[in-house]
Amino acid sequence: MLNSAINVLFEGKNMYRLIEGLLVTLKIGFIAVVITMVAGFVIGIIRTSKSRMVQLPFRIYLELFRIIPILVWLFVIYYIVPANFDLSLSSETVALIVFSLWGTAEMSDIVRGAIISLPKHQLESSKALGLSIVQMYRFVLIPQAIKRVIPPMINLITRMVKTTALLTMIGVVEVIKVGQQIIEVNSSHHPTIAFWVYGILFFLYFCICFPLSQLSRKLEQKWAV
Amino acid sequence: MTEVLPFYKTALWVTLKLAGIGIVFAISIGLLCSVIQYFKIRILTNIVRVYLEVARNTPLLIQLFFLYYGLPKIGIMFSEEQCGIIGLAFLGGSYMAEVFRSGMEAVSKTQVETGKAIGLSNTQLMRYIIIPQAISYSVPGFGANCIFLIKETSVFSGIAIFELTNTTKNLMGIFYKTNEALLMLVIGYLIILLPLSLFLTWLERRVRHAEFGN
Repeated sequence: MLNSAINVLFEGKNMYRLIEGLLVTLKIGFIAVVITMVAGFVIGIIRTSKSRMVQLPFRIYLELFRIIPILVWLFVIYYIVPANFDLSLSSETVALIVFSLWGTAEMSDIVRGAIISLPKHQLESSKALGLSIVQMYRFVLIPQAIKRVIPPMINLITRMVKTTALLTMIGVVEVIKVGQQIIEVNSSHHPTIAFWVYGILFFLYFCICFPLSQLSRKLEQKWAV
Repeated sequence: MTEVLPFYKTALWVTLKLAGIGIVFAISIGLLCSVIQYFKIRILTNIVRVYLEVARNTPLLIQLFFLYYGLPKIGIMFSEEQCGIIGLAFLGGSYMAEVFRSGMEAVSKTQVETGKAIGLSNTQLMRYIIIPQAISYSVPGFGANCIFLIKETSVFSGIAIFELTNTTKNLMGIFYKTNEALLMLVIGYLIILLPLSLFLTWLERRVRHAEFGN
């Protein structure tokens, strides 16, 4: 009984479809991560400014994404923007927008934290050498900050990949949705299929996130300061 | 508006209740795991390590789907709320363990060695020296985890628990007042999380007194 159900997964195109769904997940994740890295870096550097007028708006932006759950953000953008601004957004676009905004907020905090944690004399000696602000960031601060940015950044990427699971709830046809479709088709003949499909989804997510979190930990130990 | 407010009140209560119970379990699991890791108890350490990796590297939604739709097919049944609590405790336990572990490692070596030198047993060492100090180191991470876990309860809407997010979705379907419903949803989370976040910032500053020996 249990075994016959697991075979369904390998029948026909089922496995192929699951992988296809996974690619949709990864595609959204990948684009969002690229946007996050670029925008997060820029905003992170801006946020090291001491001016209150600069700090406050970004601070509010970050806290909004920290306090309100991502699922709520997805719903808010998914339902409110099309209804009030006469725009039609596909659920994938909504996902991209929310993930980029959220990732950028978190990333900017990582970058800011890394730059601020550098010893003060680095900044002061580069000023004493007469470097311009651009040179100071380009040659002194950023190269040193990178090592402190990368491990938490990989952690952020793992979190983003895990959070893509929520996309199924705004109707993106990604790996979980495909799994549910397979269950619906087969559940009358193979009642235990749900166990196997969710089991394999569990396994797939683990296979993506585990190496990433290991990598992050290894780098953190290697570059420990 | 006034006729839907009671729904939000119930939903807020459900969210708080499930999050509260989940967090209490998560703390117990986390504490147990971190003590096991600290003393490196042989086989148990490996089990704990596997548990931590599995729980941290899979999304809560999948864990819940597996508990709620997957396990009943092989004869293990839970109600929605039980699933929610188990899922939250499973996920939260691993995060809490991480925080407590780093808290315990931060307790200075001289403290531990002095404790041993005056002849405390392992249990006494834990109870009177390590845990009180580890707690103060753990507070920032602990607070962040609590907020994270309360936020994660929004995922419960995937398994038909009527907490804030799911209630909102339902009310949107009934009344078509999308903007108002979603605004209420955001306000609902702010009501829970803003005071909590402020309280934790205050607490963090407060417990710094307990740190010792650095």
